[in-house]
Amino acid sequence: MHLDAVLLSRIQFALTVGFHFLFPPLTIGLGWIIVWMMTRYKRTQSDFDRNLARFWIKLFGLSFVVGVASGITMEFQFGTNWAQYSRFVGDIFGAPLAVEAIFTFFLESTFLAVLLLGWDRVSTGVMWFASLMVAIGATLSAFWILVANSWQQTPAGYHLANGRAELTSFAQAVFNPSTLPRFLHTVDGALITGAMFMMGISAWFLLKRRNVDFAKSSMRTALLVAFVAAVIELPLGHYHAVQVAHTQPAKLAAIEGLFKTQRRAPAIAFCILNPDKCETKYTVQIPGLLSLLAFGNWNAEVTGLEAFSRDEWPPIAMTFYSFHSMVLLGMYFIGMTALGIFLLWRGKLFESKRFLRLALVSIPLPFIANELGWMTAEVGRQPWIVYKLLRTGDAISITVPAGQILATIILFCLVYALLFVAWILVLRREMRLGPAEGSAALQRGARGGAKS
Amino acid sequence: MSGLQVTWFCLIGVLLAGYIIMDGFDLGVGFWYLFTKNDNDRRTLMSSILPYWDGNEVWLLTGGGAVFAAFPHVYATVFSGLYLALMIVLFALIFRAVSIEFMSQSESDGWKRFWSAAFSVGSIIPALLLGVAMGNILRGLPLDSQMNFTGSFFTLLNPYSLLIGVTGLAMFATHGALWAAMKTGGEISELSRRRAKGAWSVYACLFVVCVVVTCILGGHILANYVAYPFLWVFPALALFAILAIGHYNNKGMKWRAFLSSSLAMLAILLTTSASLFPNMVPAINDPAYSLTLMNASSTPLTLKTMLILALVGVPIMLVYTAWVHMMFKGEAGEEVAY
Repeated sequence: MHLDAVLLSRIQFALTVGFHFLFPPLTIGLGWIIVWMMTRYKRTQSDFDRNLARFWIKLFGLSFVVGVASGITMEFQFGTNWAQYSRFVGDIFGAPLAVEAIFTFFLESTFLAVLLLGWDRVSTGVMWFASLMVAIGATLSAFWILVANSWQQTPAGYHLANGRAELTSFAQAVFNPSTLPRFLHTVDGALITGAMFMMGISAWFLLKRRNVDFAKSSMRTALLVAFVAAVIELPLGHYHAVQVAHTQPAKLAAIEGLFKTQRRAPAIAFCILNPDKCETKYTVQIPGLLSLLAFGNWNAEVTGLEAFSRDEWPPIAMTFYSFHSMVLLGMYFIGMTALGIFLLWRGKLFESKRFLRLALVSIPLPFIANELGWMTAEVGRQPWIVYKLLRTGDAISITVPAGQILATIILFCLVYALLFVAWILVLRREMRLGPAEGSAALQRGARGGAKS
Repeated sequence: MSGLQVTWFCLIGVLLAGYIIMDGFDLGVGFWYLFTKNDNDRRTLMSSILPYWDGNEVWLLTGGGAVFAAFPHVYATVFSGLYLALMIVLFALIFRAVSIEFMSQSESDGWKRFWSAAFSVGSIIPALLLGVAMGNILRGLPLDSQMNFTGSFFTLLNPYSLLIGVTGLAMFATHGALWAAMKTGGEISELSRRRAKGAWSVYACLFVVCVVVTCILGGHILANYVAYPFLWVFPALALFAILAIGHYNNKGMKWRAFLSSSLAMLAILLTTSASLFPNMVPAINDPAYSLTLMNASSTPLTLKTMLILALVGVPIMLVYTAWVHMMFKGEAGEEVAY
């Protein structure tokens, strides 16, 4: 049986990064909401606000560790499975990763320990500061990894020499054309994720009529954050797409299912793609909208896939459908949170069982949207691992046998499935215990119950 | 060979030393966890590392990131060459991390037993395999002209590397027991002190054996020491520090014992660095294929930029890390929940 090492390496990377990326958006989003809650606690000094913050901090900690564990995999994997890539880009790509560790991993890990364990040791001001450091660390960590990934999409600040990409300007490499739109888009997505997670869990408490006051407070906060974040994501996503239109025309064409280069290019709301025949069926589209959105002018010419040779086409269907599904979910988030705000304004939110159930089942949706977005971005970049500079097929570790990659893929599937189930179990237990009664309050005499 | 390249060779060494000193004590505690049957004692041991382990592990990520940034060919060659071994270490680290946070999240005995095993095994495997990796780097890897590894998984299981690996395990076990003795009180502290003594005697003997075997093997591992005899000060310092461990531990001077253990680790890393320099990964089949400071490094601009960033970021990190250690000073209790 012939195993393709390139395909297997890509599958393994997709699986491992897909699993990993369930957690950082959650913890970045929750992290900032926790800062808000800690700000309130610092002001009121009430037990209620303290227990509320500690409940969510507990869920944060349980989720953060799975992100950390699966994150180590990512740092290893550039070297283990993509050695030729690492040689080619190391002069540029390695630095953001090292900076991420020095400036952000230490920050979030060290202060998380304070946030989890320091409650009886330091003042509320220090605890608040710790929560801020955790949120900043997590967000800056996203910045640096996105710097690295964005450089793959829109390389800048380099020249080709000695068989590799070599740095000519750190500032240009870091602030390459796609860094800022992608950072903003991702972090706002994280806020949506954290907020809707909190909404769904608060809804659970309200449906069970347990810890009602805690749940109402959390729900109000989360709903507000979710609504604002969901609405802002619209212009942020647009800003990102405009950048793609300008810097990665093949990807834009795939995202939009545009085969023929044309003016007044249509934006497709729905269709069934047939990439082999370069056509779409059952197409529902708005004429000229793509030209307008991408370049600000109904008459602007948008490049179609036909302008590129077939060996430069990304997988069209996967790119197209993941992008459109993500946008659909984004619209749903706006609509659903708007409904919640309306119900809140009318004083009917906490009694509306239908909305509460909707919020509960909506928990997985932002996670799915994040994954779909990444599929769009990374699959849409194919066949390039560094856009226009290095092909994915030329980037793997040539000394690793395909059989070994298959073995580790299987191991990752088993281990990550186990971790995922365990994570769900521990979250559910914390929810059943609830705030104040939960292990959040179990830390007795943290000054050490030293035995004699 | 440029000043920047030499500087980064040294900085990588510093980051590696930081890792084995900091994460070394919680890996070591994980080792002893396996042999600790009493639930209260287990909880206390866990408490002694709970505020620190996550930050400690970051030293590994920083070291790895720094190698990637400064010497990308080393990163690529070693990580792809040692594929299965690194994957084993990775899975161990994954289980260790998650087990620490998940262990106390259920009343079920089966749950606790599973995650306790995950914690111990997840600690012992890196403690052993990191030494095996170091042994292989010292001894050299078979490389081709394209800087790629030409051996197999079993190439890595040679006697010399296994010896270094077991020595490393004894080193981490000693370090962990000394930390536990220092950070706990009562019976478990005394038990840890005795365990440290036991592990230390194995560690000291094995260290001497390693030095002797290396001298007998000679070759490129010893070449620098033959040419520049003043380098013997490093292994001498290591031996002195190791002996100091025994001395202070016997007297119950726990902080000095732990400090000596940390110094010993630093000196051991100086010893191995002095052996390697200016190679990063010697090629055991043909010296011309070795990865060196010169042929494996990034450009001067990258090295300079990274140096500035490191000189800003690392001191800041040291300050707040020290602050948090001060915050949690004193003996750990039994509480393991947040």
